[in-house]
Parts: sequence; C-alpha cells; structure tokens
Amino acid sequence: MDRYDLPDARGHFGPYGGVYVAETLISALAELNEEYARAKADPAFWQEYHHELKHYVGRPSPVYHAKRLSEKLGGAQIYLKREDLNHTGAHKVNNTIGQALLARRMGKKRVIAETGAGQHGVASATVAARYGMECVVYMGADDVQRQAPNVFRMKLLGATVVPVESGSKTLKDAMNEAMRAWVSNVDDTFYIIGTCAGPHPYPMLVRDFQTVIGEEAKVQMPEMIGRQPDVVVACVGGGSNAIGMFYPYIDVPGVRIVGVEAGGDGLDTDRHAAPLTTNAPVGVLHGNRTYLMQDENGQVSGTHSVSAGLDYPGVGPEHSYLKDIGRAEYDVATDSEAMAAFHELCHLEGIIPALESSHALAWAIKHAPTMSKDKVILVNLSGRGDKDINTVAALSGITL
Amino acid sequence: MSRIAATFARLAGQKALIPYITAGDPNPGLTVSLMHGLVDGGADIIELGVPFSDPMADGPVIQRAAERALLHNVSLRDVLKMVAEFRQTNQDTPVVLMGYLNPVVAMGYTEFARAAHAAGVDGVLSVDCPPEESEELAAELEAQGIDPIFLLAPTTPEPRIAEIARHARGYVYYVSLKGVTGAANLDIADVGRKIARLREHITLPIGVGFGIRDAETARAIAGVADAVVVGSRLVQEIEAATPETARERLTRLVAELKTAIH
Repeated sequence: MDRYDLPDARGHFGPYGGVYVAETLISALAELNEEYARAKADPAFWQEYHHELKHYVGRPSPVYHAKRLSEKLGGAQIYLKREDLNHTGAHKVNNTIGQALLARRMGKKRVIAETGAGQHGVASATVAARYGMECVVYMGADDVQRQAPNVFRMKLLGATVVPVESGSKTLKDAMNEAMRAWVSNVDDTFYIIGTCAGPHPYPMLVRDFQTVIGEEAKVQMPEMIGRQPDVVVACVGGGSNAIGMFYPYIDVPGVRIVGVEAGGDGLDTDRHAAPLTTNAPVGVLHGNRTYLMQDENGQVSGTHSVSAGLDYPGVGPEHSYLKDIGRAEYDVATDSEAMAAFHELCHLEGIIPALESSHALAWAIKHAPTMSKDKVILVNLSGRGDKDINTVAALSGITL
Repeated sequence: MSRIAATFARLAGQKALIPYITAGDPNPGLTVSLMHGLVDGGADIIELGVPFSDPMADGPVIQRAAERALLHNVSLRDVLKMVAEFRQTNQDTPVVLMGYLNPVVAMGYTEFARAAHAAGVDGVLSVDCPPEESEELAAELEAQGIDPIFLLAPTTPEPRIAEIARHARGYVYYVSLKGVTGAANLDIADVGRKIARLREHITLPIGVGFGIRDAETARAIAGVADAVVVGSRLVQEIEAATPETARERLTRLVAELKTAIH
C-alpha cells in the first residue's frame, strides 16, 4: 500500500475525524496543534517522554508467551504484550504523560479529564501529581458508584472527581461534561482526552503517544520468535490501546490486524457497544465524524458492556478509516466470552486481566484452535484486572 | 429578500429580540403555541432548539429541556413539522433551528435542506459544525434559500473573524462568554469591545447570546449588538410553569425583555 500518512492537515482520516466543536474551542485546538507540531520536531521533548516511560512507567513492557493457554487451545501460539505491568496498571499512562508534558510546555497548570472505568482518570491524576498540576476528573455518576476503588485512588492522588448526573451517567456524558468544563476554563486548562477520539489533533496525538506499544512489540517479537506475529489483536472502545498496537504494523505486510469490540449481551440484542462490527451509521459526536451507535433520528444510543472502558457508542476515527480500507478487521467478544477469557488467564497463566483486555483475549482463545501451531497471535493485554474484581465478584454472586 | 434580512430591514436599526426555546419542551403538543406566544411578546426572530442526546455546549437548564423533549422522542422531523404548523398562521417571523450536527447527518444534508425549506425554516445554526466542516451543509442550505448561521466567540482570532464573515449569512451569533449556555460570567464591557472589532470585518447584523438573564443585561447588550438572544432564562420560565401557564408566562417575560432593549 501507499505510505500511510494520516490524518491530513485538517485532522481527517478519509471521511472521518475533523474538528466538530463549538467556535469557542477552535483556537484552543489550533494552539494545541501548533504546540504539538513544535514538540514533535523537538528531540528534547521525546527524550523526556521516553525517560519518563522508562523510569516512571517501567517500560518497555515485556512480551510474554502464554504457553499453558496456547497448549490447552492446541493451535496458534498466544503472546501477550504486558501493558498491565505499567505503573497505574494500564496503557493509559503512556498518553497522559505525553499530554501532561505538552500541557507543561504550554504553561497550563490545570488539567481535566473524562473517565469511564477510572483508568484514564487515575492515569491523569497520577501525572498531575507527578508534575504538580491541579486535576479535575469528570466521571458518570453511575460509574462513580460502580468503580468506587478507582474514585478513591484518584482522590488519594489529589484529584477532584466530579460525578456527572446528566444523560446516561456514563463515559459519553463524562466526556460531554469535560468539554463543557474546558470551554468554560479554556485559557488556563488543558484537556487530557483519554482515547483516540475527540476533535483534531487529539486522535493523532493520543495515537502517537500510544504507538510505543506497537513499536516495542515490533522489536520484541523478532527477538523472541525471529519474525513478526501473524495476527495482532486488541480491544476497541474508543480504541487507544488498539491504535497504539496497530499503527506501527499498518505497513508491515502479512500481519493481520484485528480490533475486538464489546459484544455485550450479543449482536442480536441492542445491548452492546460495537459500532464498527455492526456497521453503525456514520455520525458526529465529541468533535469527530466516525461510526456511531445511534437511533434513526440521530440520537446517540445507550450502550452496554461488562467493561466500563468499552462502554462507548463511538470509536476513534482512524479505526473507522482502517475498517473502510480493509487494513484492519473488527469483531466482537460478548460479555460472557470476555468473562470466560478472564477466568482462563487467571487460572492458566496467573495473570488477572482487565475486563477490557479480556475481550481481545477472548478473540484469541476463539480463533487460536482454528490456526496451526506455528502461527502466532499477539494480544495487547492493555490493563490489569484488579479494578474489576468487584464487578467479577458481583457477576459471580459473591459479596466481597 | 429572505425573512431574516426583511426582519432586520424592517427594524431599521432598532434592536431585535431573539428568544430561544427547545422544541418539544415540556411536551411536543405545546411547542407551536409557545412559538406564537413568543411572537405575541415581541419576538423578532425565533431560535428553536432541536433536542439532542449529547448537548455539549449547553448548561444544565437547556440540557434538562432537551431531556424533557427526548422523553417524548422528539426528532428533527418532528421539529420541522412544528415549524410547518407555525407557518400556517405566521409567515413573517423568521425561525432559526439551533442544535447539533448529528441529527442533520442522520437525516442527510440534502433531504434536511429540502424539508427545512418546505417547512419554512429560515436559518440553521449547528453548534458543533464550524466553517471548516460546514462547506457541504452550507451549500445545501443556501441552495434552498436557508441562511447558515455561524458562531463567533471571545476566543476567535482576528483573521478567523474575516474568514467566518465570508461564510456567514443572515446574522452572526456572538457567544458572549467562554462557557456554556446559561453561564453567569457575562462581562458587558468586554462584549462591547469585542463587537467593535467584529464590525471591522462583518457587515451582517450581530446577535449576542449566552448568559443574558434579565431585562438589565438584555438592555446593556442591546447597547452594543444588533440582536439579543435569550435562551436559558426562557427555558427556566417554562420549567417553572405548568403546561397551562407556560405560554402566558413566556409572553410576559418576552414583552419585558423587548421593552428593555428598545
């Protein structure tokens, strides 16, 4: 294929992406775009970023051969990219460090963030503490209830958590409220968006800060097996861990790229969060044009997933583009498939995965047996599941 | 001449009052009556909000109005029917639809522009569709004689003001503050300075909205702008009223604001 060089100057990935925001935010986004262009060309910026990733986050994260799981499945070998071993327990911190360094360059001493499960909120609160910034995190009121331990973690780190009572009281409403808060404090506040969605330049800069995942894997896999994997697979809510893994592999021929969305109760119900797999109509939400779950009148649909981090009606615009050009394929794992994968990894490998990452794992568990033993699937294990033990206990009828 | 241009021409320098209500709030059966009630009070142009599930630029008051309307599943097509019904007995008062882009995307730009024209819509303001992304929609609207209305903000830099002026039709809507609708941090002296700068680039009438809460602030804004937009304050009045008293209370409040700006 031609050299992949997106987004264009106006933030478009083919027909997706863009800057669909109210006028008040346009100049702030332009300012961010200009500052990022300067930072991108500044070796000192990347030197500090990688220094932080090494000494503060603990990168590079290892790749691990899940031998017992692979043996049990009897097909393709499953390897895990261990983002769960990062400081704060997920890939989210790769991005919050990058954005916080940008915020510092821009002289902003206050950051805000939206969060669903709380992982991006924790990663934002963490870097705010690390760099001495004030931090306010917007979180749907229902998620505040469901994710109490993460709410407490954010508070321990010095952040203010604002429960959002509007709409469906989940991630999309938290993002609405963060946008409102940004518009109201646009002079002194940096908005750290947690996924590869939102208005340009966010999908690009979140991707750029997450590509460390795929860049490392591209070096680690040949070291371990003498070649690149046959398949890379990652879960997709907004899609930041996935784009981080996929992007460096886009121009590697022969590597199959698979994104796994939340199948919820199943695609034959309306309780899922799978805009790509179900070919949802294209719409506009949170500043970008993308596949978007909505009703026939253009009202955004409520979504469902056992994992709060995948419970989002849209998806990063670059994923929409990769779907259309056929470079990536998108599939689902249901709640119950993800739960089964969760338990399987706990029992066979001694790793408690995040429920989000369990979706990617479920895809690998389903497809490995159909592939020969010399094939390799690399799963991005985007986070650890400590945060999910209350959810898993409740689903198993256990009170902790 | 479009209805919007004719309205400003008729006012001949007098200030226009542009009240906003959300279509379908508190229930869809009441909206046309409330629109007539706004005209009875002295509305020069009506901004009719199209309810959306994710109103990112709105404060809590207008968010609640959208939620009330959506409880009745009020759609963009329903809103167009309301405008058509209003037009049966009012051919003079311009109606501007104000809302978010996604319902328009879902309907399709061409079909929306045709249906809006047929219903008697005069202008369309999509809050989350800045000029950068509006080329296609604006072309469809203009082909139907509908004015695409654009926002300007305190953060809009000078060169961009001129750029927006090239795209704007009907009037421009200056967002008076950095914030959401209904916010309380309106700085009138600052608005005055900013509007003087806008006039160096813009010949269209300039309306000002966001944060105008009473007769006093309306009067002050009318001192510097061509039109005063009042939204959250009216929606609060609907919220505080019963369906039986809403029209009368709106008419009274609009009349008060109208007196204040003349």
